[in-house]
Amino acid sequence: MKVRVKFEKTGPMKYIGHLDMMRFFQKAIRRAGIDVAYSEGFSPHMIMSFAYPLGVGMTSSGEYFDLEINTPLSTAEMGRRFNSVMVEGVRVLSVREIPDDKKNKGMSLVAAADYYVDFAPGMEPAQDWKAAVSAFMAQPSVMMLKKTKRSMEETDIRPMIYRFEVENQRLFLQLASGSARNLKPDLVMEAFYRYMGEEIRPFAWKIHRQEIYADVGTEENRKLVTLESLGKIIE
Amino acid sequence: MRKLALSDEILLSIENPARYIGGEVNSVMKDPEKVDIRFAMCFPDVYEIGMSHLGIQILYDMFNQRDDIWCERVYSPWPDLDQILRRRNIPLFALESQDEIRKFDFLGITIQYEMCYTNILQILDLSKIPLRSEDRTWEDPLVIGGGPCVSNPEPLAPFFDLFYIGEGETVYYELMDLYKECKSAGCSRREFLEKAARIPGIYVPQLYQPIYHEDGTLESFDPLVEGIPKKIARQVVMDLSHTWYPRKPVVPFIRATQNRAVLEIQRGCIRGCRFCQAGMIYRPVRERDVDYLKELAKDLIQNTGHEEISLSSLSSSDYSHLPELLDFLIEECKKNGVNISLPSLRIDAFSLDVMSKVQDVKKSSLTFAPEAGTQRLRNVINKGLTEEDILEGAAQAFAGGWSKVKLYFMLGLPTETEEDQRAIARLAEQAARKYYEIPKDQRKGKCQITVSTSFFVPKPFTPFQWASMCPEEEYLSRAAVVRDEIKEQLNKKSIRYSWHEADVTILEGVLARGDRKVADVLLAAYEKGAVFDAWSEYFNYEYWKEAFAQTGIDPDFYTLRKREKAELFPWDFIDVQVAKSFLWKEWERSMTGEVTPNCRVQCSGCGASSLGGGVCIESKS
Repeated sequence: MKVRVKFEKTGPMKYIGHLDMMRFFQKAIRRAGIDVAYSEGFSPHMIMSFAYPLGVGMTSSGEYFDLEINTPLSTAEMGRRFNSVMVEGVRVLSVREIPDDKKNKGMSLVAAADYYVDFAPGMEPAQDWKAAVSAFMAQPSVMMLKKTKRSMEETDIRPMIYRFEVENQRLFLQLASGSARNLKPDLVMEAFYRYMGEEIRPFAWKIHRQEIYADVGTEENRKLVTLESLGKIIE
Repeated sequence: MRKLALSDEILLSIENPARYIGGEVNSVMKDPEKVDIRFAMCFPDVYEIGMSHLGIQILYDMFNQRDDIWCERVYSPWPDLDQILRRRNIPLFALESQDEIRKFDFLGITIQYEMCYTNILQILDLSKIPLRSEDRTWEDPLVIGGGPCVSNPEPLAPFFDLFYIGEGETVYYELMDLYKECKSAGCSRREFLEKAARIPGIYVPQLYQPIYHEDGTLESFDPLVEGIPKKIARQVVMDLSHTWYPRKPVVPFIRATQNRAVLEIQRGCIRGCRFCQAGMIYRPVRERDVDYLKELAKDLIQNTGHEEISLSSLSSSDYSHLPELLDFLIEECKKNGVNISLPSLRIDAFSLDVMSKVQDVKKSSLTFAPEAGTQRLRNVINKGLTEEDILEGAAQAFAGGWSKVKLYFMLGLPTETEEDQRAIARLAEQAARKYYEIPKDQRKGKCQITVSTSFFVPKPFTPFQWASMCPEEEYLSRAAVVRDEIKEQLNKKSIRYSWHEADVTILEGVLARGDRKVADVLLAAYEKGAVFDAWSEYFNYEYWKEAFAQTGIDPDFYTLRKREKAELFPWDFIDVQVAKSFLWKEWERSMTGEVTPNCRVQCSGCGASSLGGGVCIESKS
């Protein structure tokens, strides 16, 4: 059976890189006594894949990995077992069964992600940044030098910004993500500062990933659903 | 959430911030208000090295079993953070609470190799603890040293308040109780130290005074106060099956150098190699009960989730229940997708069979440590491994599908000649030939023989403590002899050669057999910038050369001088339970190439039997 695990990564855990996070969960799975499936061959490894690696320095409340298990347990029981072996800053939020076929792999489903950007105290832009947000979004195009697979290219990132809004004292961003089109929140912030004509000060903001989505709509009409919602609760 | 000592900005601008955040699986959090003693346990090297060390994990667990003690960890900040801490005046902190080290009651430092001595000064300096014991007050932590290097703590004597000589499991609780008593009775720091010096195994350097002859050798070494022992008894745990062992060791987030669960199966070694300090000071060999080990292994796998478990000992093949233990482990590990790592196994039919069951033959390489090239020299060092053992082992390994073999040697051993050096190359060639004797269709391409040589450093409490070292330039020319001889071999393309630097060897030699005077050199070198000397990218010999010149201390006195039988050594105040007369007898036997049988074949009367345990009583029980 394939299951999808959703977890949060907060506090000091933001300094732990993606590969170390993967190793952390491999060990946690053993400690939790979850009967995980191993690949064949001389050096077998757990069959697990992470949906969308999170950069060092970011926190998240919507991280995902898919895992193949031999002995199914209920959603509640697996959640309980995981959370009995976690550390401060990592908590498993849900474990759900997903269809066992290639096209449902978390990694290939990723289409968008939500982010919150918080300014460090005293590090907010000098001007009225809240007012600048809608003007920034009203631009027909936002050209930025963006890393592609091979090189750096001048790219219009505006179509990849689905939402960019003020929410209380923070910024909310919904950005195209995944293998087809991928936009990082730092690049949007860079474009925003350039638009405002402000200098970026290092460590001026902190980024929190809120959620990761798949797109179940059509080419014309996006319909974003959380990766979690594609799985079903195991009773 | 715990508040970190370092800001986001600092943590995101240094390499591997995970080294400094604590919070790992099985790390222990306590309420500082509810404990009496805060103990910071330090391994004075980078996190990844320090987290690979079993000793600290044992003591960490042992201390934290007590409700009145909170033991935390601290490691050497890497040079990138070191600079930031100094520039911004941030005091060094412990990983768990992130509290300043200088607020702790104790700072315990394990001293595992000579080249970390400057890092000890770095730790004290960054913690803002006065470097010298004499300058400290009750406001500072008590700085206590332990580990194999305290077999000769003298070069470090001024920097420590106490040393714990021997295995940590025996008297630490007693020391902690004394501390609590003294604190509540309002004793002075000095009063506490004088009382502590009465606990067996505890050495308080400021209470002892060395007096030197005119030629610089030691004349006497005596206590300065009444009622403390003239000789410090090295502590030994006699029952290793009913003692402390961390069933929930801390599991790092980042990959440690030894990234696995460690099962220490025994302590000590029966072999008695004459260069090996561990083989002498950990006498007698004491095995852990096999059922105890099985139970521990299960707990370790369950509680850490590590993908690998490793057996630890000086010579695993000598553990008497090895087949039973391995059968159990293979079964247990298969269920959990865990690998077994088997270092320090003698290569023979049994071990090859086991290794082929648990390791990927194609990837792994096999290691032999002949240590010397000729049988003559192997007899001198009492390494009971014959050329036949090595070549037969290699042949079996090649037949079993292995194609990579590592051979470890030492250069600069007592009585070594050019013939011994050349023989290293020829032994590697013989091993390669064993591979090419296999019919072509049954072997896969070329074999790879890796020859590594390190330079021999005489250590205290070994028969070679009387040996002279070579002049610095001599070491590299010996390595050149080996390198050139390898080039002459038929299968030279299958043999790789690597050797160590010579300047580090000289320093190791000075620090290993140094006296209290050497402390000045250490301090001078540190003040000039020496730190992380164990890391070739940071090691700078110039600092040390300047330090020797400045202090007027001659390194040759410690390395090249011939030592006489009657000389009183700086470390002779420690009673390691192995008699000096035995070590001298072994030194004399080595000069005539006489081999001494291992402890299981015949007792050689080293003195350890007075402890009444381990291998010394095996045959009788």
